[in-house]
Amino acid sequence: MFESLIELFDEYHLIAAFAVIGLTMYLSNWLSVRFTNGKFHGSAIAILLGLLLAYIGGVVTGGENGLADLTLFSGLGLMGGGMLRDLAIIATAYGVRFSEIRKAGVHGVVALFAGVIVSFLAGGIIAVGFGYTDPVDITTVGAGTVTYIVGPVTGSTLGASSEIIALSIAAGLVKSILVMIVTPMTSRIIGLDNPRSAMIFGGLIGTTSGVAAGLAATDARLVPYGAMTATFYTGLGILLAPTALFLMVRAIA
Amino acid sequence: MAIYGVALLAGCMMFGLIIGDLLGQVLGIEANLGGVGIAMLLLIFVTNVIHQWGKLPDSTSSGITFWNAMYIPIVVAMAASQNVAAAFSGGLVSLLAGVLAVVLGLALVPVIAGKPEPEQDCQDEPATAVASNTAGSRRG
Repeated sequence: MFESLIELFDEYHLIAAFAVIGLTMYLSNWLSVRFTNGKFHGSAIAILLGLLLAYIGGVVTGGENGLADLTLFSGLGLMGGGMLRDLAIIATAYGVRFSEIRKAGVHGVVALFAGVIVSFLAGGIIAVGFGYTDPVDITTVGAGTVTYIVGPVTGSTLGASSEIIALSIAAGLVKSILVMIVTPMTSRIIGLDNPRSAMIFGGLIGTTSGVAAGLAATDARLVPYGAMTATFYTGLGILLAPTALFLMVRAIA
Repeated sequence: MAIYGVALLAGCMMFGLIIGDLLGQVLGIEANLGGVGIAMLLLIFVTNVIHQWGKLPDSTSSGITFWNAMYIPIVVAMAASQNVAAAFSGGLVSLLAGVLAVVLGLALVPVIAGKPEPEQDCQDEPATAVASNTAGSRRG
């Protein structure tokens, strides 16, 4: 009986995921209204719940896809995977005014470069602080701090060890997950309440999943602006980290 | 029909991804450079043009707005399938690197946003840019 139930969930995984996420959203919105008077967004609670469940899923299964590694919830991987996420992000652009994007355009580009370089330096400095001296190691950890995709791409280009690459992925994951949690809490302090600052935020932070979830938990109307710049971030990181930034590290170290 | 909207959205996405892929290849990097962003700009542009012709029926746009509305649930599913356990098992180096990057990144937002540019767009009211920015975020 129980086994055939799991089999059914596995077979109809995407549909099951819709139902599970719908329930999570309902519960989160209820918690938001009931305990925080709506001050803490329902979506922020749902994202936190999701991360918590992902942690449990990861610890239980030892897999890489959080809760989606449990057969019962395998559809979450498809629903929250890159394909549907990008489709939904693009759909948020519907109804956006082009003039808003043009207004912040230059600042968005500045933010992109500043964001990649600052994240890279943050990772590099911490690596040096922990006693790493090889420019390849320092660069790889720095690149991983840019995003968890830039890290492994840079590391394998430069020939870093798999331990360092794993470390760089972890640094990127910490950044991404922290952005999801911290953004709604700090949005007021950093003035994240208009399309312009959202575009700059997207450029500075860059990690697509972090920006996507962070803005969703703050104000869903800002999502297209932040996502617009963030989408160039990983590419720029892959462009800069193994080349210009590596040469810079090698010159200093 | 709703499928027209979905197809338009999907078409923009594929076109953007192709351009992003080509950009990546031209620059010699193993990544899609801004494909999603290009697709977003394309969707804004194409739907604006169609609007000007006055031919975007509600049923068509419902194919786009549905996926727009599914955004947050999809992000929740994404959060639930993140490798959170690995993030916490990376040790102090990756933890501190991630924390420092987020702190510096967030702190730079008001620095780069700075003072809003003087208004140049004659379509907007001659109010300050701050006022028009907040008006923009309130829209929708």
